[in-house]
Amino acid sequence: MADEKNILTVIDKEQLLESVMVMKTRGLRLSQACASYKDGKYNLSYSFAEDDNYRYETLRVVIDKDDMIPSISGFYPYADFYENEMKELFGVRIQMIKNDYHNKLYRIAVETPFLPKDEKEED
Amino acid sequence: MAKRSVVPFGPQHPVLPEPIHLDLVLEDETVVDVVPSIGFIHRGLEGLVSKKDYKEYLYIAERTCGICSFGHGNGYSLAIEKVMGVEVPDRAKYLRVVWAEMNRIHSHLLWAGLMADAFGFENLFYQCWRIREKILDMVELTTGGRLINSVDTIGGVLRDINEDQAKLILNNIRDIETELKAIRDTFLEDYSVQTRTRGVGVLTKQQAHDLGCCGPLARASGINYDMRVLGYDAYGMLDFEPIIGTDGDNYSRCKCRLDEAFQSIDLIRQALTKMPAGEIAVPVKGNPDGESFIRIEQPRGEAVYHVEASGDKFLDRFRVRTPTFANLAGMCETMKGAQYADIPLLVVTIDPCISCTER
Repeated sequence: MADEKNILTVIDKEQLLESVMVMKTRGLRLSQACASYKDGKYNLSYSFAEDDNYRYETLRVVIDKDDMIPSISGFYPYADFYENEMKELFGVRIQMIKNDYHNKLYRIAVETPFLPKDEKEED
Repeated sequence: MAKRSVVPFGPQHPVLPEPIHLDLVLEDETVVDVVPSIGFIHRGLEGLVSKKDYKEYLYIAERTCGICSFGHGNGYSLAIEKVMGVEVPDRAKYLRVVWAEMNRIHSHLLWAGLMADAFGFENLFYQCWRIREKILDMVELTTGGRLINSVDTIGGVLRDINEDQAKLILNNIRDIETELKAIRDTFLEDYSVQTRTRGVGVLTKQQAHDLGCCGPLARASGINYDMRVLGYDAYGMLDFEPIIGTDGDNYSRCKCRLDEAFQSIDLIRQALTKMPAGEIAVPVKGNPDGESFIRIEQPRGEAVYHVEASGDKFLDRFRVRTPTFANLAGMCETMKGAQYADIPLLVVTIDPCISCTER
């Protein structure tokens, strides 16, 4: 039985790319990335898995609703889907996604992002 | 220079009854690039945490997928139990393993049937699904449902498996094991099957790692990574080793999944034999307050369940990252350099579940 090490580290948004680069250099796999929204702030979680020892490290970035965050798809090209999902469903402003679906990843008729009505951005 | 053309694949295609669209860039008959599009069946399941309380939501979580529904309920329960510090009775842990492994067998047999159908071996398809029915009958006998089981609950399980049912299952899986051997032999030794699988859609170990693949797709390429090793539920009390392939081609993926079906039979046997007597659930009171990440091994690979709660009966956030979501990049990579005629096989080879992926 593996000893699961589940670590969550809160970082500033300015540290994101550098921290992700460290994960990439260490050979960790991007396991998931997601956003949540509460009280005008986004919690962005980027989880990395170390296949050899089942270690699981999550980087947490807390940003304001209007903050921009850089894409990590330069380091992990397959982060595209995760980032497009965060952008479309939660309205996270992500810069330079490698394959940007421009809020059309999910072909749904309902208006996105799914934020409380008074907090949605005005186009 | 070969002529370049773009050929659409899906979202409706005979080989896969689930919607995914691929733009295949071809040079003559060779695929040189693939651009995937998903999003045709997004259901907004995660958003329902704001409308269903955390106990009711378990039934929504299960409906993430119709094939590995038990696993989704299990993963969600584990995530909530971790936040609330609930210790599940040992018997419930073993029962969860039994149902999770039944799910794995019927999922792998469903995949094997679709794979056989994709390369035109109709009879093999019938045989795979005939055996799968026997597994589903046992699932129905013990849970009351064939695909959506609803036996998992926060704090344990809702149904027990009695001694007579356990004996019946042990007898049935012995027969299924025998029948499964013939299926495995056909997949791995039949000449015409091998012409469609050997050396087709190769994904090297390095590629599988670099593209973030998981589950049988990654293990068939040599990555030793199986979430059951973490020992959640009763896996820590059972003997098993992850099944690893080497070649990373269609053949290796077939072998990996079929061998895992045998492994699941062994795990069911172990679980039913070692299962202790006792309670099957503990009462859970109060609301969750905290956050957790849980990983489990679904039939298609690592699934990640993320829960955020703040003491209310409604969760702040529930997120499930399904294995197919992680494997899409790997699937596209297997297609580069492949012949156009092999594309349907290569789509099936990752065992995609698009409804899981889009939630």
